[in-house]
Amino acid sequence: MKYVDEFRDGKLARTLATEIASAVDPAQSYRFMEFCGGHTHAISRYGLEDMLPTNVQMIHGPGCPVCVLPAGRIDMAIQLAERPEVTLCVYGDLMRVPGSQGASLMRAKARGADVRMVYSTLDAIAIAEQEPDREVVFFAIGFETTTPPTAVAIRLAARKKLGNFTVFCNHVLTPSAIQTILESPEIRDIGRVEIDGFIGPAHVSTVIGTQPYEFFAEEFGQPVVIAGFEPVDVMQAILMLVRQVNDGRHEIENQYIRAVTRGGNVRAKAEVADIFELRDQFEWRGLGPVPYSGLRLKAAYADYDAERRFAMTDITAPDNPACECGSILRGAKKPADCKLFGTVCTPETPMGSCMVSSEGACAAHWTYGRFRDLQRKQAS
Amino acid sequence: MARVMLDGVGKVVSVALIEDLKVGDFVVIHVGYALTKIDPEEAERTLAILRELGVAQPEAAS
Ligand code: SF4
Repeated sequence: MKYVDEFRDGKLARTLATEIASAVDPAQSYRFMEFCGGHTHAISRYGLEDMLPTNVQMIHGPGCPVCVLPAGRIDMAIQLAERPEVTLCVYGDLMRVPGSQGASLMRAKARGADVRMVYSTLDAIAIAEQEPDREVVFFAIGFETTTPPTAVAIRLAARKKLGNFTVFCNHVLTPSAIQTILESPEIRDIGRVEIDGFIGPAHVSTVIGTQPYEFFAEEFGQPVVIAGFEPVDVMQAILMLVRQVNDGRHEIENQYIRAVTRGGNVRAKAEVADIFELRDQFEWRGLGPVPYSGLRLKAAYADYDAERRFAMTDITAPDNPACECGSILRGAKKPADCKLFGTVCTPETPMGSCMVSSEGACAAHWTYGRFRDLQRKQAS
Repeated sequence: MARVMLDGVGKVVSVALIEDLKVGDFVVIHVGYALTKIDPEEAERTLAILRELGVAQPEAAS
């Protein structure tokens, strides 16, 4: 595929690895957080960590949409789906995400709830049109990449006067999460999460642009390099971060310049601004309540808000206490630190959200990383 | 709506979020929507820089 294969070229990635190895100062450690689950996936899939010098460490961040959704919101969705008149449309990743006490949408469906997987918000609109007797609810989750498609669907529903379509909105914002990681005292207390720089998200940044990150460079003295999702992109971004650290710079650099501009996608941002507004706070799995980090529908679109139509009440539910997803999402622990990893918890029987989506740190490590652990163990 | 080719497979996606799209443009697709166009010139420039690295001597560690 054009503009994909070139950035998967193993030779280029190895050249970059050599370049990184010669650029690093052996006396210094470099801890970089890749915020986004897409990068976590690429790093595991292509074994990029193995190509890095030992003093360059990648810390997985919370940018995996299904991972950060708290159990309580899953419980709310299950309650909704159990209403006889409701058809709940969800992205496939959500089916297995654990709610509280082993509940999941998949189990709810097996018990007879009408839960349907959709690929796009437009599929949910089509279902609402074809089945006017059903209350069709779209379970909207994700960061700035999935929010504009939800906005388009709501606008379309309003234009078509679809009275049986609503959205259960759980959209969240990337910059607020990064800020929480940088300034939360609780997270600082863990002491283990020292971060020397960020790899900024690819798809999210195509929408929001590079401008929202400028604050992190200025306020927190953190270098940020926005990077594409292919292995060469990630390696080049790491090299750029190493150079910034060496030079004592903290700037926003854009490695993914072929798709990301400073201002982002103006049309997509306008769609979102027209339909959504900030919640005072929203709960994240692993981060707890984060101020101004989630979106809800504006009053003008109240007719399309499932939380209002079905008078949904907030549920907060604890995670499985043995699951380390919370610490993993904060970058404080690695999947292999969890006792359940690979024994009780696998992608077939996930005990935590990080094992569900391919972007989750545990799932990525399960699929691509555990053989390397084994090889390392055998070698030592 | 527009037809895109993904690794040789045709697929129809929404282009509601993109302005002035032309046939033949490259786009980034996510959940059935084109999110942004790929700028071929910038892509080539990035690749050119990388390829130059490939032939250049690695710098000495500083
Ligand atoms: S391995 Fe499973 S239980 Fe352990 S942290 Fe990951 S998702 Fe949670």
